[in-house]
Amino acid sequence: MTTETGGPPTALLLLGCPQVPVQTSVAIHLCDQLRERGIAPVIAGTGAARRLIEIADPKRHYIGEVIDLDLCIDQIAEHQRDFDHAYVFIHNDAGVSYAGTISAISKARLVGIVYGEHADETAEAITFPCDVVAAKATHNPMPLVVRLGRVLP
Amino acid sequence: MSCIEQIEYEIVLQGASFRESAEFIRSHFSEWHEVEPGYELFGAHLIGVPPVVLGVEGEDVIFPYTKPCRGTFLLRARGPEEIARLREWRKK
Repeated sequence: MTTETGGPPTALLLLGCPQVPVQTSVAIHLCDQLRERGIAPVIAGTGAARRLIEIADPKRHYIGEVIDLDLCIDQIAEHQRDFDHAYVFIHNDAGVSYAGTISAISKARLVGIVYGEHADETAEAITFPCDVVAAKATHNPMPLVVRLGRVLP
Repeated sequence: MSCIEQIEYEIVLQGASFRESAEFIRSHFSEWHEVEPGYELFGAHLIGVPPVVLGVEGEDVIFPYTKPCRGTFLLRARGPEEIARLREWRKK
């Protein structure tokens, strides 16, 4: 299914608060992996999360479109836009809430990427349909990247 | 959710999880409604784990407002039109 007519399949990467360092590097890595598979990544995030991403990849070798988090939610909720895949970055209760929102308003195949000191407890709060990739990662992205690789399309 | 910043509101609860906030509404308000995430309230689409619980007291709506870095706040704001729409939505 392609939800944006005329183009390749799309994937939303929904970034939360960039408080935990692994978020930015895993997001850029995931963009690369998705592009390898012919899937166009679209990043939505808070202002700080977007700036970290855009500064890390200034020529946009890996990232593609980058949009405001609230605008993205509005567009999906109002049926103006949707994605084939959605990856929600989760390290706190707010991240779980955003993933729950995507599960309700989007038809995308949803993956919750759970990380941080309390990854196990955070993952337990996911009670809606969602594939979960969880690792207690804060500075080392490798455990998360390895597990994420197992669920990529 | 920037529309929320433009209305007059009172913070009812902060520092609780989304689930705890929902339980707070169920246990503290005699009238409450369940809606899906993305439901539009005061011009903003609600963020949350389904079902999202909204409380009603007099002409006030009590609702969760989630910020990515700061978690969920329960806010109270005057909204007779929103309450009427909620009651109508429930009948559907």
